[in-house]
Amino acid sequence: MFDFTYIWVMIIGFGVLMYVLTDGFDLGVGILFPFARSEQDRDIMMNTVAPVWDGNETWLVLGGAGLLAAFPLVYTVFLPALYIGVFLMLAGLIFRGVAFEFRFKAAKGRRFLWNAAFFGGSLVATFAQGAVVGTFIQGFETENFRYVGGPMDWLTPFTVMTGLGMIVGYGLLGATWLMLKTEGETQRWARGWAYRLLAALMVFFVIVSLWTPLTDDYVRSRWFDNLTWLWLLPLATVLVAARLWGSLNRSYEATPFIYTILLFGLFYAGLLFSKWPYVVPPNYTFHDAASAPESQLFLLIGLLFVVPFVLMYTAWTYYVFRGKVRADSGYH
Amino acid sequence: MEFDPLLLSRIQFAFVVSFHAIFPVFTIGLATYIALLEGIAYRTKDPDWARLSQFWIKIFAVVFGMGVVSGLVMAFQFGTNWSEFSYRSANFLGPVLAYEVVTAFFLEAAFLGVLLFGRNKVPPGVHLFAAIMVAVGTFISSFWILSANSWMHTPAGFELRDGMVHVTSWLEAIFNPSFPYRFTHMAVASLLTGGFVVAGISAWYLLRGHAVTASKRALKMTLIMLAVAAPAQLIIGDFHGLNTLEHQPAKVAAMEGAWETQEGLPLLLFAIPDQANETNHFEIGIPKLASLILTHEWDGEVQGLKEWPAEERPPVGIVFWSFRVMVAIGMLMIGVALWGAWLLYRRRLLDHPVYLRVLTLMIPLPFVAVLAGWFVTEVGRQPYILYGVITVQEGLTPSLTGGMALFTLIGYIVVYALVFTAGLYYLTRIVRKGMPEELEEQQDPQGRPKRPLSAADTPLDEPSA
Repeated sequence: MFDFTYIWVMIIGFGVLMYVLTDGFDLGVGILFPFARSEQDRDIMMNTVAPVWDGNETWLVLGGAGLLAAFPLVYTVFLPALYIGVFLMLAGLIFRGVAFEFRFKAAKGRRFLWNAAFFGGSLVATFAQGAVVGTFIQGFETENFRYVGGPMDWLTPFTVMTGLGMIVGYGLLGATWLMLKTEGETQRWARGWAYRLLAALMVFFVIVSLWTPLTDDYVRSRWFDNLTWLWLLPLATVLVAARLWGSLNRSYEATPFIYTILLFGLFYAGLLFSKWPYVVPPNYTFHDAASAPESQLFLLIGLLFVVPFVLMYTAWTYYVFRGKVRADSGYH
Repeated sequence: MEFDPLLLSRIQFAFVVSFHAIFPVFTIGLATYIALLEGIAYRTKDPDWARLSQFWIKIFAVVFGMGVVSGLVMAFQFGTNWSEFSYRSANFLGPVLAYEVVTAFFLEAAFLGVLLFGRNKVPPGVHLFAAIMVAVGTFISSFWILSANSWMHTPAGFELRDGMVHVTSWLEAIFNPSFPYRFTHMAVASLLTGGFVVAGISAWYLLRGHAVTASKRALKMTLIMLAVAAPAQLIIGDFHGLNTLEHQPAKVAAMEGAWETQEGLPLLLFAIPDQANETNHFEIGIPKLASLILTHEWDGEVQGLKEWPAEERPPVGIVFWSFRVMVAIGMLMIGVALWGAWLLYRRRLLDHPVYLRVLTLMIPLPFVAVLAGWFVTEVGRQPYILYGVITVQEGLTPSLTGGMALFTLIGYIVVYALVFTAGLYYLTRIVRKGMPEELEEQQDPQGRPKRPLSAADTPLDEPSA
């Protein structure tokens, strides 16, 4: 039978990237929330992501279900290994989701409660996602296709660092998104944060890039022995970061956000190629993790019909809500 | 102190899935009702029908939103706590559960936005079409979920290779033996739940003299539906029970509290099953009636629990009593529905405050019945997670410790308590605010979030004086 595994690698890979980029900026807005200059600015910030955030999160659910269907081993090793982290992520996402809905319906005097839930939920969920990345790099203790490590293997100095790095990264996505969607003082404020966060993100980038090959033989041999073209990735990363820094200086509005997306794309590619073809490192490849071909095909048929619709709808939503969000254009 | 990860995981799953189940069971019925209202409004051009629909769409939006939030948790439970089961059965469960997610997406992407926000934006025919598609979509969603669930009860269409499920026939696996019965039973349960909530709230409005014309109409049409659906559910349930007797006789024995295999099994009205001593205390029953129901013969033979070794018997007490709770509420629903139909026929419905009050008190009962029904079928499946193939013990995540399971169990209880208290509180605020006198102009969706909860604009707090 035809090998559908690579098609599924692309589908799931695309879904995860979509999730990271889209929910990334709205989580980032949540992370920047307490630092806003005024309650009016918070209204504006929330309004920039209100129409799209739950659409962004649906990629996560699709990713979860898609993994169980296409790469069950990833689903059944990652979730037990990150048991506590997954709970924290879900709890965080639930709290911020509810805060979205109820902040605008709450009396002005009680908004601080929902503000706190929005910030806290975003922060915890983002940290947990960063820890997932760190755990992936670290690898999983497995035996005969089962996770056999401890409940807290996911929380190490390294994963704490990737968690913090993710907070900074999503923060940058959020800041450049706000530069795109706001104007005047709010935009200037977002630009100030974008500088700081970009600088911090590059520090994390350097640390991870040095730490990983030093601790991981596979990654080291990959980068230093056989695949020299991989060096184009960090090179491109530095280049894009420099362009991003430059674009913050000028009065560009969309450019910083686009460069930040590129930056995330490069991190993502670097992560995948460092470990390729392993998806449950250090033992199992994409093919080891894949479900039976007939199961992959069965779901593929349905997805071919639905995914175009979801993409069209997503594009349409962003189109409808294009343009700047102003203080008076809120929905209440 | 040692905690048992298996028991805690079962409690956790029961908790999150019970919490989740009450939302879709309501939205499925309510979506059907909204589609019906939109249809009538479209035909009659009477704004009162549209107003009624507009009100229930708000309720639908909030409940749908809470269903989505709790569903998010469900998507991860299979991996966190039941990874061994998930891994071994992923070749079937994966695609089927993914199809459910995909359906829900498709529904939300294409039609939910139009239904919630499009009344003044699209032609009436398109709005009606969206309402129908949302209702159809909720049924398709439950189709996939119930297929997956039924397959866990009556697995079919697969073979095991090295302990892993491999699908040999998708048709046989999806339409497994218990699926048609379970799906019909659940679909009618959804209609009953939606119907009793609509009837109860309409009755409450009538008692308060609020939105009388609209509430009267809503009450009449739901009562007619309930008078048909409630008795029908009894018959469907009977067929479902016979199907269970064929495929999971141990579950039926637990439902009947039957320890010994016997002819002319009595129908127990009351008993306290004693698992350890393999007997019941304080039995009160009607002779031979259980045999008649199950075998359609007065002296038909029904297998007792002792046919199975003790470790293969489900916990009898929970199954026995959940079953009685479900049936008792079912009977009560039939009684109330027929009483209503009679009053309607005699045109005495509206000057019968006692009946209206009874209807408002009925609101929570269908939810209890649905949960009790799920307890019967799920606890009755023990000790298996995939019936006859994988036990819950084998299906558990191997690396899971009792402490971890306890941590997340408490965590989910806290999160759900906070979130759903807020949700329920908000729902009661919408209901208390009631229906507006006129059809409301919708705000411009430009700059408005297009997500379920935003379709309701009632403030969360009491307006400050």
